Amino acid sequence: MAEARADAAAPPAGRDLILEVRELTMRFGGLLAVDQVSFAADRGRITALIGPNGAGKTTVFNCITGFYRPTAGAILLRDAAGGVAELQGRPGHRIARAGVARTFQNTRLFPGMTALENLLVAQHVPLMAATGFGIGAVLGLSRYPRAERAAIEKARAWLDATGLLDRADDPAGALPYGAQRRLEIARAMCTEPILLCLDEPAAGLNPRESEELSALLLAIRDGQAAGRGRGCSILLIEHDMGVVMRISDRVVVLDHGRKIADGTPEQVRADPKVIAAYLGEGDEGEEDAA
Amino acid sequence: MSASYALQQLINGISLGMIYGLIAVGYTMVYGIIGMINFAHGDIFMIGAFVSLIALLLLGAGAGLEGPAALLLALPFAMAITALHGWTVERIAYRPLRGSFRLAPLISAIGMSILLQNYVQVSQGARVKPIEPVLAGGIEIARFGEEVVTLSWIRITIVLTTLCALAALTWLVTRTPLGRAMRACEQDLKMAALLGIDTDRTISLTFVIGAALAAVAGAMYLLFYGVIDFFIGFVAGVKAFTAAVLGGIGSLPGAVLGGLLIGLIETAWQAYAPQHLTPYKDVAAFSILALTLIFLPTGLLGRAEVEKV
Repeated sequence: MAEARADAAAPPAGRDLILEVRELTMRFGGLLAVDQVSFAADRGRITALIGPNGAGKTTVFNCITGFYRPTAGAILLRDAAGGVAELQGRPGHRIARAGVARTFQNTRLFPGMTALENLLVAQHVPLMAATGFGIGAVLGLSRYPRAERAAIEKARAWLDATGLLDRADDPAGALPYGAQRRLEIARAMCTEPILLCLDEPAAGLNPRESEELSALLLAIRDGQAAGRGRGCSILLIEHDMGVVMRISDRVVVLDHGRKIADGTPEQVRADPKVIAAYLGEGDEGEEDAA
Repeated sequence: MSASYALQQLINGISLGMIYGLIAVGYTMVYGIIGMINFAHGDIFMIGAFVSLIALLLLGAGAGLEGPAALLLALPFAMAITALHGWTVERIAYRPLRGSFRLAPLISAIGMSILLQNYVQVSQGARVKPIEPVLAGGIEIARFGEEVVTLSWIRITIVLTTLCALAALTWLVTRTPLGRAMRACEQDLKMAALLGIDTDRTISLTFVIGAALAAVAGAMYLLFYGVIDFFIGFVAGVKAFTAAVLGGIGSLPGAVLGGLLIGLIETAWQAYAPQHLTPYKDVAAFSILALTLIFLPTGLLGRAEVEKV
C-alpha cells in the first residue's frame, strides 16, 4: 500500500474521514462525465450520493472501486489506524483488499453458485491464506478446516441477517429479485470492508422491502448486523428519497458531473439548487433531464 | 467380426478417449475462465510426453528403475516441468494481450504452438522417439471359444491414472477455495476481482493445472503408442479440442465425455471402416467438429452462451 504524499495524509480538522475524493475528473473521449468533484465520507456514517440520471454518480463509484481509471484527481481511503491508501488507478482486487466493497445497480452475483458459495467466494483472501495458498489444503493441514468452518459460520450469520438462511443452498440466480439484492449486500460484507459502496440498493424494492433495507443498512453502520460488532461506513447512490432522507447522515448532490450541494439531509432538501436540478428550472430546456 | 474383437476395441477406445478427455479439460478450463482457445495446449501436451520420455529413460539408465516405480516418479516430474511451460506461455504470450482485441491472444497462441514445436524439434530432433514398453503383460478378462481378450497393464494404468487425475481435479474445483475462485472468475471475472480475488493469479493457476493434466495425458499417450515425435501435439490437440467442443466448451464433465466419444469413434473407424478408408481416421474426428459446430454449437453438456452486459 503506497502511502500518500505528506500533504495529502493530513486529515482535515473536525471530521474523521474514511474516504476523501479530491477533484475527481473522468472524461470519456469528448464527454466530461465527472468534472472536478470533491467530497468526503465520514467514518461510521452513511453518506448518500444523489442526483438526476446522468449526473455521474455511478461513474464516481466506478472510479472508487477500480472499474475506471480516473482522468485526474485523487481518491484517498483512511483506515482506523490512520493509514492512507490512494485508490485511483489500482487494480480491483487491491482496492477490495484495502477494504472497499461494492454492489451493483444490476446485481452481479455468481448465478451458478449457491447463495452460501457466493459468500464463501467473498472470503477467498483469508481462506487462501489459511491454506498456505492451496498447498496446505492438499497436505491436509488442520488450519484449513478450521478456517473453512469459520468462513461458513460467518456466511450463515450474514444469510441470517439478510433473511436468506433457508435459501443457503439454492443457486443465487434462482433467488427472487429482492433476495438477490440482499445477498449481494451480504456478500460485500463478507469481505470485511471498512467502506461499503451500494449502487441503488432500493431500486425495484416494494415499500416494505425498502423499510427492511433501511433497517439492515443502519444495523450494518452500527455493527449490529450478523454479530459483527464493528461498524462499517456506507456510501450509497439512491433514487428513493424516502430511504435517503431516513438513513443518510450526509448527502452529496451531483448534477451534470459537478457537485452542487453537500450537507445534512435537511440542508440539502432545502437547497434551491437541488430543487432546481431535480424539478428543472425550464430556462435551459432540461425538464426531461430528471 | 467377433465379440472378442469388439471388446478389445472398446478397451482401446476408452483408454484413448480418456487421454483425449484429459487434454480437452485443459482447453475447456481456459476457455471457461478467459474465453480464449489456447491453441498451444496440444503442444503443451507434447512437451509433457517428451518430459515423461526423458524422465523414464533417465530413471531406467541412471537408476535402473523400471515399471510402475519409474512411472510413479516420472509422472510428477513431467507434471511439474510441463506446468512450468504452461505458466510461462500464459505469462509471456497471453497476459500482456489481455484487454486487447479478441483475436490477438488467439494469434499469439498459434505462434506459441509453432514455437513450442520448433523448440522441441531443435532440442530433441525430428525423428520419432520410441520407448520400450514400460509395463508388460496383462490380465485375461474374457474368453470367447478360442479367442482371448486381455486387458493389458498399460490400459489399466491409463484408465486408472486418468480417473485419479480427474477425481483430483473435481475435488479441487468443487471443494477448495482455489476452485471456488476459479468458478467465480469463470462466471464474472471483474466481480471476482472486486471481492479481493487476484484474477491474474487464478488465471495463471488455471493454466498450470491444465498443463499438469496435459502432462499426465502425454505420459499416458507415450504408454499407449510407445512412440512420440515433436508433432503429436497438433493432431492430438485438435482432437481434444473437438472433444471439448463436442462435450460443450466450458463444461468439465463435457470435456471428458467428448474425449471418450472421440476416442471410441476413432477406434471404431480404424476397426470397422472398409480397408481403404482406415488411414483416414482423423477425418472422422474433424467431421465431428464440423457437424457439432453446425448442428449442436453448445455441445452435449454445454449451456447456451449468455451475453454479459
